[in-house]
Amino acid sequence: MNFLAQHILSVLIWFPVLGGILLLIIGDDGDSGSAKAGLMRISALFVTGITFVLSTALYAGFDNTALSMQFVERVPWVEAINAFYYLGVDGISTPLILLTTFVTPLVVISSWDVIKSRPAQYFAAFLILEGLMIGVFSALDGLLFYVFWEAMLVPMFLIIGVWGGQRRVYATIKFFLYTFLGSVLMLVAFIYLYGETGGFDLFGYMNVSLSLTAQKLIFIAFLAAFAVKVPMWPVHTWLPDAHVEAPTGGSVILAAIMLKMGGYGFIRLSLPIVPDGSAYFADLVIVMSLIAIVYIGFVALMQKDMKKLIAYSSIAHMGFVTLGFFLVWSISSETGAGLGMTGGMVQMISHGLISGAMFLCVGVLYDRVHSRQISDYGGVANTMPVFAAFMVLFSMANAGLPGTSGFVGEFMVIIASFKANFWYAFLAATTLILGAAYTLWMVKRVLYGEVANDNVAALKDLNAREFIVLGILAISVLLVGLWPAPLVDMMNVSIEQLLAQISQPKL
Amino acid sequence: MNLTDFIAAAPEMTLLGLICVVLIADLFIDDDKRVLTFWLSMASLAVTFWVLLSTAPADTTVLFHGAYVSDALSQVMKLSIVGFVAVVFLYSRDYLRANDLHKGEYYVLGLFGLLGMMIMVSAHSMLSMYLGLETLALSQYALVAFDRNNSNSAEAAMKYFVLGAIASGALLYGISWVYGITGTLDFAEMSSTIAVNPELNSLPLWVGLAFLVVGIAFKFGAVPFHMWIPDVYEGARSPIALYIASAPKVAALALLLRILVDGLGVVQDTWADMLMVLAVLSLLLGNIVAIAQTNIKRMLGYSTIGHVGFILLAVFCGTAKGNAAALFYTLTYVVATLGAFGIIILLSRRGYDAVLLSDFKGLNQRSPWTAFMMMMIMLSLAGIPPLVGFFGKLNVIDAVLSVGHTWLAVLMVVASVIGAYYYLRVIWYMYFEDAEDQAVLLAGHDTRIVLSLNAVAVLALGIVPGWLWALCVSVLS
Repeated sequence: MNFLAQHILSVLIWFPVLGGILLLIIGDDGDSGSAKAGLMRISALFVTGITFVLSTALYAGFDNTALSMQFVERVPWVEAINAFYYLGVDGISTPLILLTTFVTPLVVISSWDVIKSRPAQYFAAFLILEGLMIGVFSALDGLLFYVFWEAMLVPMFLIIGVWGGQRRVYATIKFFLYTFLGSVLMLVAFIYLYGETGGFDLFGYMNVSLSLTAQKLIFIAFLAAFAVKVPMWPVHTWLPDAHVEAPTGGSVILAAIMLKMGGYGFIRLSLPIVPDGSAYFADLVIVMSLIAIVYIGFVALMQKDMKKLIAYSSIAHMGFVTLGFFLVWSISSETGAGLGMTGGMVQMISHGLISGAMFLCVGVLYDRVHSRQISDYGGVANTMPVFAAFMVLFSMANAGLPGTSGFVGEFMVIIASFKANFWYAFLAATTLILGAAYTLWMVKRVLYGEVANDNVAALKDLNAREFIVLGILAISVLLVGLWPAPLVDMMNVSIEQLLAQISQPKL
Repeated sequence: MNLTDFIAAAPEMTLLGLICVVLIADLFIDDDKRVLTFWLSMASLAVTFWVLLSTAPADTTVLFHGAYVSDALSQVMKLSIVGFVAVVFLYSRDYLRANDLHKGEYYVLGLFGLLGMMIMVSAHSMLSMYLGLETLALSQYALVAFDRNNSNSAEAAMKYFVLGAIASGALLYGISWVYGITGTLDFAEMSSTIAVNPELNSLPLWVGLAFLVVGIAFKFGAVPFHMWIPDVYEGARSPIALYIASAPKVAALALLLRILVDGLGVVQDTWADMLMVLAVLSLLLGNIVAIAQTNIKRMLGYSTIGHVGFILLAVFCGTAKGNAAALFYTLTYVVATLGAFGIIILLSRRGYDAVLLSDFKGLNQRSPWTAFMMMMIMLSLAGIPPLVGFFGKLNVIDAVLSVGHTWLAVLMVVASVIGAYYYLRVIWYMYFEDAEDQAVLLAGHDTRIVLSLNAVAVLALGIVPGWLWALCVSVLS
């Protein structure tokens, strides 16, 4: 157990990856109903379940008051260029890792008998993806971070491309090339910083002094990588395509975790490594975030496709994350700045739960009717009352109803923006109206009214598997909404430290 | 000079002797036992490899009045070239047999080409460099025309020969200018002569240099001297394209490093600009035109042109780090290319060459492992971590940034993103499309094992690239 305790992060990364490789080796036999396919599903659930259980050790052993990185592992990797296999977590990355290990088993359960072709490869892709995502959140070496960051694209590329909808090839190639173009610029920035510091250590990057010009250029390179990933307006166009074409499980992972990497990148890399560059461009990022919140909110209102609607609502909600992070320089009081940061972080976790749940709800309908068009539904509540209850709850959370997790983060960010500038707060608060409008209007059209057609009349309510997945998510959405203290306490010290780091110019 | 001096040149002499043995033995081997020639050739390669390992002088040794050098660089390059040629022979055997092309000449020409490459790698004067180059080039011309009843091959061979002869002419003309100015063919003397007499660094030398660069660019296939690459890759039968696309790239790097860095390194600022123009054009044209290809061999041809851009930019830096990056890039690129062509050959069968991208449709359904290997190789060529191609690009970008050319670094990564599209298309065809052709893939067990090792090497070298990078740095310091 001692080994496990000291290498918990490595175990969390490599256990799912090895599990995925094992699934690939065993392979498919072309029959989704066979005993072998069943074994694959159970193994995938087993691996993700164990990973989740192991990750609770991370939570249990986490020290909320520690100033330094925890669970650190550091061994030389490519000695010739001073790259280390360097892992560690703090209050910012731990919640995201927990989110990853929490959502992935739910995705496995939700895909249980929905995926008919090549289940072994499908589950293997998710397992490998899970490990790589945890790697991104725990890497403290720039090169290692980049390797996980980029390698992660490949399983998602295959998930959308192999198991996706009609226009999957277009969507997945667009997804890959967009994110790849953003990330390679980040790579150039990393190599430049390597030239400055002689290594890839992220703390080395944070402590080296850089000229304002260098900081601006590095910030732009980081922005290219993270803005695409978040995604921020105007580089968001890959997301609706990717979400619509991805299988349900792919959409959930994409919305719940992969988008968070953009936000994580800003808070882990952009802000501490180039604080002066970030300050210089903060207004730009705030404007982009507000446009995402307001304009994309209107775009979401007009969608006819449920998945597209949720995709656009994700962009609008992620606008709160970037807004919260970049308010720091507009707020004079430190508590206010901390509030914006914490709000952004809570919003990331909350959005991970809610958007995942919303995509799962659409998946439930899609599996039955094979349509995502709002107009193909109507009166679903009559035939699927239990499902309707869940969907209403998640929609309320998506609209930011107090008592759900969606409220906490948005509220914190809006309060923080009031301290910064009235108009920021005014524009940000429109989301309370817009979010309610697009979500609840969709709910009205899909769930309520008369039974629209024979397909809806023939619907069967949730089966046990779906009930469990949605039930777990519903509990967690309420839990974070009613009692966010454990989450916030976990982040506090790390965010204070980050603020201290940012406030010191490093010119 | 005494007899022990010859030991440093023992690998070449051994190989030459063994080639003669293979050539004569092949005369007495019946067609149905031709596989003996294959094993004899493999044995020759093994013996050459062993001789290389056991006779390497500890220090840099210059022999034959400055014509020949044995140093750490030549040792690493020769060992890798011999290994690469062995893999080429293995991948080719089943294909040649299935297509009634299994003749001893293939192996003998391949071995002669290897001899030429080894001489190039160890050249210490313009003359021996040129002789090695021609030995290689003539073997390659003959190899391309090897399937003489095939009109595509004949056309490709003709184009290759005519263009190659022009390039050799340009190189020879450049050599004569430089010889006329410096009065020597020896690289070390050339370098010191120019260093002592800086007034030599003027227009006449630059004219000679321009012709040298043209010749080198042609052998590499850098834009605008790239025209032969797609045509030859497409026209030559797959095993011959495999040969041309692999080991000779290492020899071409030797040509570049020996002439420009060893011989004319003192005028680096003059040739660096020429290389940069060639490299930028290659990066852009290679990666953009590859998108339009439907023939995978042609596509890999254009992709080679794009990769040459990276290699030239690494050497352009003029630093030890840049040269090491070029060596690392070339070696790992060849490993990935061997795998790619190996799989193309694996998909082919009697009377049918899998040369179209559409032949890869649904490969995941036919053979998941083959598709997975091809995916790793394509991702490596695209430069996605953790595959080894990523570290090749990382080192080149680092070298370019450390001499202060940020815009070149940005251009390189943008070109990689453009290039990613056509590599992804191969994955798309393999994984996202249904198979049109359900034929079973046939190959000997030895081929399958080596092919698998080859693909795994692309991943393994990416996960632990440190030792190879350290090796590249140490031989070029």
